Amino acid sequence: MNKGLYIHIPFCRRKCTYCDFYSLAGNEELTEKYTQAVIRNIRNYNDTFDTVYFGGGTPSLMSGRQVYDILSAADIADDAEISAEVNPDSATPEKLRDFKSAGINRISIGIQTFDDNELKMLGRLHNSGQAVKAVKNAQRAGFENISADLMLGLPYQKAETVTENIRRLAELDVRHISAYMLKVEEGTPLALDEKLLENIADDELSADIYLEAVSCLDKYGFHQYEISNFAKSGYECRHNLKYWRCEDYIGIGPSAHSCYDGRRFAVPRDIDGFIHSDVQKVIVTDNAPCGLSERLMLALRLSEGFEISQAGNHSEKLRAAAAPMEKHGLLKINNGRICLTAEGFLVSNEIICRLSEAVEEG
Amino acid sequence: MDHNQENIRNFCIIAHIDHGKSTLADRILELTSTVALRDMEDQLLDNMDIERERGITIKARAVRLLYNADDGKQYVFNLIDTPGHVDFNYEVSRSLAACEGAVLVVDASQGIEAQTLANTYLAIEHDLEVVPVVNKIDLPSAEPERVCAEVESVIGIPAMDAPRISAKLGTNVKEVLERVVKDIPCPKGDPNAPLEALIFDSYYDSYKGVIIYVRVVNGSVKIGQTIKLMATGAEFTVVEAGYMGAVDLVNAGFLSAGEVGYISASIKSIGETKVGDTVTDAENPCAEPLPGYREVNPMVFSGIYPADGAKYGDLRDALEKLQLNDAALSFEPETSAALGFGFRCGFLGLLHMEIIQERLEREYNLDLVTTAPSVIYRVTLTSGETVFIDNPSNYPDPASISVAEEPMVKASILSPSDYVGSIMDLCQERRGVFKDMKYLDETRVELHYELPLNEIVYDFFDALKSRTRGYASFDYEFMGYAPSKLVKLDVLLNGDVVDALSFIIHADKAYARARKIAEKLKDNIPRQLFEVPIQAAIGGKVIARETVKAMRKDVLAKCYGGDITRKKKLLEKQKEGKKRMRQLGSVEVPQEAFMAVLKLDE
Repeated sequence: MNKGLYIHIPFCRRKCTYCDFYSLAGNEELTEKYTQAVIRNIRNYNDTFDTVYFGGGTPSLMSGRQVYDILSAADIADDAEISAEVNPDSATPEKLRDFKSAGINRISIGIQTFDDNELKMLGRLHNSGQAVKAVKNAQRAGFENISADLMLGLPYQKAETVTENIRRLAELDVRHISAYMLKVEEGTPLALDEKLLENIADDELSADIYLEAVSCLDKYGFHQYEISNFAKSGYECRHNLKYWRCEDYIGIGPSAHSCYDGRRFAVPRDIDGFIHSDVQKVIVTDNAPCGLSERLMLALRLSEGFEISQAGNHSEKLRAAAAPMEKHGLLKINNGRICLTAEGFLVSNEIICRLSEAVEEG
Repeated sequence: MDHNQENIRNFCIIAHIDHGKSTLADRILELTSTVALRDMEDQLLDNMDIERERGITIKARAVRLLYNADDGKQYVFNLIDTPGHVDFNYEVSRSLAACEGAVLVVDASQGIEAQTLANTYLAIEHDLEVVPVVNKIDLPSAEPERVCAEVESVIGIPAMDAPRISAKLGTNVKEVLERVVKDIPCPKGDPNAPLEALIFDSYYDSYKGVIIYVRVVNGSVKIGQTIKLMATGAEFTVVEAGYMGAVDLVNAGFLSAGEVGYISASIKSIGETKVGDTVTDAENPCAEPLPGYREVNPMVFSGIYPADGAKYGDLRDALEKLQLNDAALSFEPETSAALGFGFRCGFLGLLHMEIIQERLEREYNLDLVTTAPSVIYRVTLTSGETVFIDNPSNYPDPASISVAEEPMVKASILSPSDYVGSIMDLCQERRGVFKDMKYLDETRVELHYELPLNEIVYDFFDALKSRTRGYASFDYEFMGYAPSKLVKLDVLLNGDVVDALSFIIHADKAYARARKIAEKLKDNIPRQLFEVPIQAAIGGKVIARETVKAMRKDVLAKCYGGDITRKKKLLEKQKEGKKRMRQLGSVEVPQEAFMAVLKLDE
């Protein structure tokens, strides 16, 4: 079966206040060496990829040429989904045209919100005007499959801001929306800003905002297919689905993760090490992935849910554990599958813990 | 040993916690050169870690010292350390029975405390010569004259010339030893009479079996002799007989009238060697056992369960081992619908209970869930049958009860007179009946109350301390049963009774307690997937209600670049955390919740 290919681009003009992903600000001159290292690594695999995902960091800091070289090194299936994340401030018409001609066919724009105060607070380099322009630039460059990131539960945020953001995205005719609840990560500037922290939505409010967002998205035709992902029919992100369906993917670049040959791997968060070695160093993080309880954990993130019969002789126990949750509206059992509702997604950790106990015991 | 009795002094030290008993004992050990200085550890006599940390003596211990007195003679001192806490009253009384005298240590600024007074009265009852000593004269707040006058007026013994010492600095400690020589009488036993020896302590040694500590009153005991323990009738052959050096036992082979020492006789179980029992010769027994022996009965009961059900066997082993050294600990298996398999354990009192719990957790590495402590209720059924209830779950149906009775204690409280009002309030809240009050001097009073034991087992002592800024001291003794309006209060989670949280309480206090328990549980039970109603009920009638709201948000929203391993680890950790929770029906209850409901005083 074809694999997914993830390419991490660990460069940013500036780090955002909430971000703990691996990326370095102000290292753009390294991009060429980095490109060569990525290419060496791709050549190391004999796989055909039907999804490619440039994530970051800020992939839009790469030139169209670099993206083209990378894609040329890989064996890519004809109908492959090839995504790149871009930030509105670097999503110029030229950049988007170059990406399009390099082979990118799906663009994911880090819009986050259309509220300029919120953007400033997050340390984003763009304003709402640039965000709108980025979507339009992408459309003019010929992209139809456009996704936007939104953040939920920002400090001082009201539910109306979120629904307004969704309305504007719908109006701009994006096809996919990733709506993530803000999580304060240790060691980020946001985690040190007591004033902002005090005004972050508590669990009650962020739950309300999430549910409001889900129903608003639905109203505009974005159906939920994963905890944080919504799409017009046919525009689900095929690359991301591989993660949740326990399919194989290869990650290239520091902090990238892979799953193939029955193991999971991570690449150390060390850009120098990556650039200077022939083939990236990998650390095995899991020798036996995709066991029953892991598949359950992953599948329950998707609206399509988990097929109960996969639990084999634990099926009945699983059903019994799910029954009271169904009664409380946290999940539905449809055609032999357990599917979380939006309320269920909100407490999915707890649900997954409980259900996976049912398939582990005895 | 050929010391004749004239050169032997057997004595103990009576002191309130923190008044300096152990420090004085250390100084005495130094002065008698019993312990080379390099072997000195502070508070040598208190062996157990817990004793050191809490600064209390749990078990009586003894040591033999040689003292070269000013009169030019060498004396054998047997210093017997006594527990100071009310829970261990009986052991105190047995230790006292092994002595001719007692050194009463009183803090020069704080004066006499309730436990000191109780133990001093006990010493006087045993005809002991009491040698008062005023300690901590180095403190700026010391008032030795006032304290001496207090000792004279309260206890009625001459005290104006009591040694004023500082055990900490070593000041005047030698004077204490001279008083021991001069004031405390020597033992006057008959070495040729049949053996009569009092057991005042015992412990289990994994190589030698039970070691008993004895005071030989009459006769003698030597290796090879067959001895008989009179309460149990068990007979053993003496393997070792000797005395307690400061560091090790010294097998002298022989003990004679007036001496304090140990006997080892391959005794397998500490249950056979009851403190207070008399050891005699099997062939030539004494006519009567020494007076004062009684069985020690546990007063406070609580269910102890392993947090992890798989550790049930470990818990049983640990309790068995602890019981080897602590005959006062009782336990029997019980089952709780909520907590699974565990043990109903009986203790002398709350401190004893806490110590056992702490030892189980610390020395045996067990995580425990403990139910609310209960006393033993005496219930007479309409059928005429009388039952004793030590577990609230077994409380009979109210319709079948003719009379319910609860244990009462006589309590004595010593305090500065400023706090009389708040002490009376406290005792009244705890259903106490005032008996009398007397002034020890212008500033200190002694109050007597009759109190239900179940009102003091939870947190009475803490409450007393906090209302008197730590100045009051407290002592009690069991006085009997009295009829009472008792009810069983049940706690329901999500509609199901949690047996481990049930308890018996006086009807007038049920409502307030029920509300507090419900609030505490609400604070201690984390939000779950569903709303959890908490109810407290008597019979079928709910008298308090709270709700743990449903959890709203618990999600790892983002999962970037396919890092599934991290997500999996986080969830594994969350699952691991759940193992420390008790699954009660569909509700997960952390162990802390069981403890929290015990601590109800605000």
